[in-house]
Amino acid sequence: MTSNAIDSRGAEHSASPLSRPGSSGRDASETTTDGAGEGGRSRGSATPGTTPKRRRVGTVRPLGIGIVTLWLSVIVLLPLAALTVAAFSEGWAGFWDAVTAPAAIAALWVTVLVSAIVAVVNAVTGTLIAWVLVRDDFRGKRFVNAIIDLPFALPTIVASIVLLSLYGPNSPIDVHLNATRWGLIVALLFVTLPFVVRSVQPVLIEADREVEEAAASLGASSWTTFRRVVLPTLAPAILSGTGLAFARAIGEYGSVVLIGGNIPRETQVASQYIQQQIEIDRPVNAAAVSVALLAIAFATLLVLRVVASRTQRREERDA
Amino acid sequence: MITVTAARKHYGSFLALDDVDIDIPSGSLTALLGPSGSGKSTLLRAIAGLEGLDGGTVTIDGRDVTAEPPQRRGIGFVFQHYAAFKHMTVRDNVAFGLTIRKRPKAEIAKKVDDLLEIVGLDGFQHRYPAQLSGGQRQRMALARALAVDPQVLLLDEPFGALDAKVRTDLRQWLRRLHDEVHVTTVLVTHDQEEALDVADRIAVLNHGRIEQVGDPVTLYERPANDFVMGFLGSVATLGGQLVRPHDIVLDRDRTTALALDAKVADSPGVITATVERVVPLGFEVRIDLRADSGERFAAQITRRDAAELGLHEGETIHARATSRSTVVDHDPALAI
Ligand SMILES: Nc1ncnc2c1ncn2[C@@H]1O[C@H](COP(=O)(O)OP(=O)(O)O)[C@@H](O)[C@H]1O
Ligand SMILES: [Mg+2]
Repeated sequence: MTSNAIDSRGAEHSASPLSRPGSSGRDASETTTDGAGEGGRSRGSATPGTTPKRRRVGTVRPLGIGIVTLWLSVIVLLPLAALTVAAFSEGWAGFWDAVTAPAAIAALWVTVLVSAIVAVVNAVTGTLIAWVLVRDDFRGKRFVNAIIDLPFALPTIVASIVLLSLYGPNSPIDVHLNATRWGLIVALLFVTLPFVVRSVQPVLIEADREVEEAAASLGASSWTTFRRVVLPTLAPAILSGTGLAFARAIGEYGSVVLIGGNIPRETQVASQYIQQQIEIDRPVNAAAVSVALLAIAFATLLVLRVVASRTQRREERDA
Repeated sequence: MITVTAARKHYGSFLALDDVDIDIPSGSLTALLGPSGSGKSTLLRAIAGLEGLDGGTVTIDGRDVTAEPPQRRGIGFVFQHYAAFKHMTVRDNVAFGLTIRKRPKAEIAKKVDDLLEIVGLDGFQHRYPAQLSGGQRQRMALARALAVDPQVLLLDEPFGALDAKVRTDLRQWLRRLHDEVHVTTVLVTHDQEEALDVADRIAVLNHGRIEQVGDPVTLYERPANDFVMGFLGSVATLGGQLVRPHDIVLDRDRTTALALDAKVADSPGVITATVERVVPLGFEVRIDLRADSGERFAAQITRRDAAELGLHEGETIHARATSRSTVVDHDPALAI
């Protein structure tokens, strides 16, 4: 799950979230080297001789590592380094002043608060949606399954316009969320919808139904079985999806730009603050808050990784 | 006692159980034996309540449980692939049924320790299933099922995922465990040797129907039809009849060989055949033969008899079934 998390982090508009459910789980188990991925849950065969495959991959290793390093440097590390340099161009004090400016702190606080709420709501509803999509049969299931990816495929500004026309000043349903934190939450819920669903779905598909039957035969009710047997199995995937949704939400701009209203200390999120600082020609402030966002995102992913590897350590590598 | 009456089960248009009636006596170890797809698991899961029936009833110890969910049937179920709770330690796995019943901690701890000792996993309390071998995992699963004091223990190919050596060890061990615990046990297997080895009663299934129920000796010596005969032990087709390969007498000289039973020496039961291969199997030797009619069959004789006969590939020999052999008329409609 962890590697999966990192893969799709930078790929919000790429095809990866659109790929068929199940494929991401499998990728995870193949690319994770420090422990079994979710694929470890499937009933692998008992043969111990499955290592040669990995050895064959090893023959392209120097070239492979070279390409990966170059790619990461150009696409990820260099820009991040440039950003950090910009943020500290007026020294540590300059950085600190920029980050602790009341308006900056307020924007960061609104961002983290709203994103945390969105992440928690996603954890619950995303799991529920994944459950229904995997376990239940109903007409139009394929359609609903395809719809889930829409927030990934749709330009976020379009989402913002859609939300504005639905919940804005001229709301046809008379719900007015324009320039409120609720508006932010709804917009962020929309763009982060797929994360938990798509990370839980493959795990649920691979989940061993017999484990649930075993719990039932031992007298566990459906709820007890879910809570004590299924949920612990899903937990790493839920956590990973939630973390990704959070990381996405704190950096979101397009979907909140119209409905958010950009009211300082109320609905102005960090990305809008950054935009504002650029416009009034304060690039250091913009870079500093960006670095703060970056640090939060990085910390989130780090925590995810630690928790995931801790749960995976005792997970079965199916012998 | 488990009683299944007129059990029917369809999967779509496929009939997986076709009016199955079976009584499983209290305290017995009964094997459901049959080829893959014959409906063994379906029957077992219907007893457990994991699969609903389209018709028929299931009673356990006189209580009609047909409409009861698995939680309220008083069963223990063991799956082929262990179905271990991977995020729990061995102790928590075994304790699961008791923990959710909110039994006192001390009682749970004692019961779990006792069971782990019985299944030979003493000292493994704090391991996770991933840190156990297949055989150990299955013993853990067994302890977990026994922890709730089930009225019946249901095992679906419990040794199917293990390698041959562990499998034979574990089934001997299951037999001994059953002799100690005496819980009514139903074991599903497609392996006739396993059924003969552990069970005191065997029900042979084929195409969702029960072909015969009985103790291993009866089934082996008096099979109801050629399916049962063919499924329990090897068979040879000799002059249109099914015979056990070791019930075939061979001799080079038609009259002396069969002089044991001189009066049948000229009977049609005597077959002239060519030796195609002589295969030593340890204590016994298998002789692959081709009858003059073109029909191929195999005889199994002891090494000593084989040495006395000194058979060579390509030579002609006479064969017939011994007079006391198990014979079933061959009915192609019932063939495997
Ligand atoms: N859930 C199911 N859906 C459709 N067909 C099934 C299902 N379970 C079993 N079957 C079919 O029913 C038949 C009997 O299955 P099963 O009881 O599992 O056989 P066995 O355990 O003897 O191998 C098989 O042909 C199998 O394909
Ligand atoms: Mg089966």
